[in-house]
Amino acid sequence: MMAINRSWWLIAATVAIVAAPLVLPGLGGDFKGSDDQGTDAILASRPGYQPWFQPLWKPPSDEVESLLFALQAALGAGFLGYMIGRRHSSQRGDVARR
Amino acid sequence: MHIMEGYLPAAHAAGWFAVSAPFVVAGAIRLKRIVTERPQAKMTLAAAGAFTFVLSALKMPSVTGSCSHPTGTGLGAVVFGPAVMAVLGTIVLLFQALLLAHGGLTTLGANVFSMAIVGPWVSWAVWRVAGKLGASIAVAVFLGAALGDLSTYATTSVQLALAYPDPASGFLGAVLKFGGIYAITQIPLSIAEGLLTVVVMNALSGRAGKADEIRVLSGEVK
Repeated sequence: MMAINRSWWLIAATVAIVAAPLVLPGLGGDFKGSDDQGTDAILASRPGYQPWFQPLWKPPSDEVESLLFALQAALGAGFLGYMIGRRHSSQRGDVARR
Repeated sequence: MHIMEGYLPAAHAAGWFAVSAPFVVAGAIRLKRIVTERPQAKMTLAAAGAFTFVLSALKMPSVTGSCSHPTGTGLGAVVFGPAVMAVLGTIVLLFQALLLAHGGLTTLGANVFSMAIVGPWVSWAVWRVAGKLGASIAVAVFLGAALGDLSTYATTSVQLALAYPDPASGFLGAVLKFGGIYAITQIPLSIAEGLLTVVVMNALSGRAGKADEIRVLSGEVK
């Protein structure tokens, strides 16, 4: 029981950490991806740099890209949810068999 | 922490491939042995991979006004040891390079080194040391996952600084510059990753706070 309570507190803290930059006054920005900022910093220090290799395939639009990112998260979260449910029901099953 | 396709000089790209390859091979051997010795660990291994899959897809806002994503490699590193995460992390990075144009094939060696090798090894080492110093399982896992996440981004900063030293301030100046972009942004996110790792580990094991929690997950005890 204690552990379940603790999980909820930890989830609440996680949400607070992620939401804080969006809602707290004084924080904020354009929330660009750090990976893109890294690329920008390279280009700033080496003007005219041309990447010597291009991705084999690019999502044709931001919508398709967000679809694929959502799919990645959904597949992972779906499997995790299945595993958590399985583990809990099998533990209950063990108790019943003994 | 993704270095984008084509943004590492060819010599650096090849060098990071050479450094990472042995870890991935060793991880594959270790993975095979774990699955043969304890087939019941297969599902938890897949769950550790799934956790990395989810977390590395979540781009979260940070106090620096930019967005970044956690890595999720700490969970598997703590439960199965850091070696196997080299394989699971490589799979995730390949997925993102091929389907999302995020990261890249030429930069795969460097990205594998930061996310799938340094991160998991730091997570595992911190978890071990924290446990030896008397931290509870939850605290040790939190510290391991959070610092592993942070170390991945610190590694990316060093990798980019090696490839692109600052014309004026040199390598160290470049480490600070890229560190400002990657590592500072990552501090709150790595704390979030540490907390989430504890929650998911507890939920997966159903044995929060019990001494055998990790060994139940790894399939060493039933």
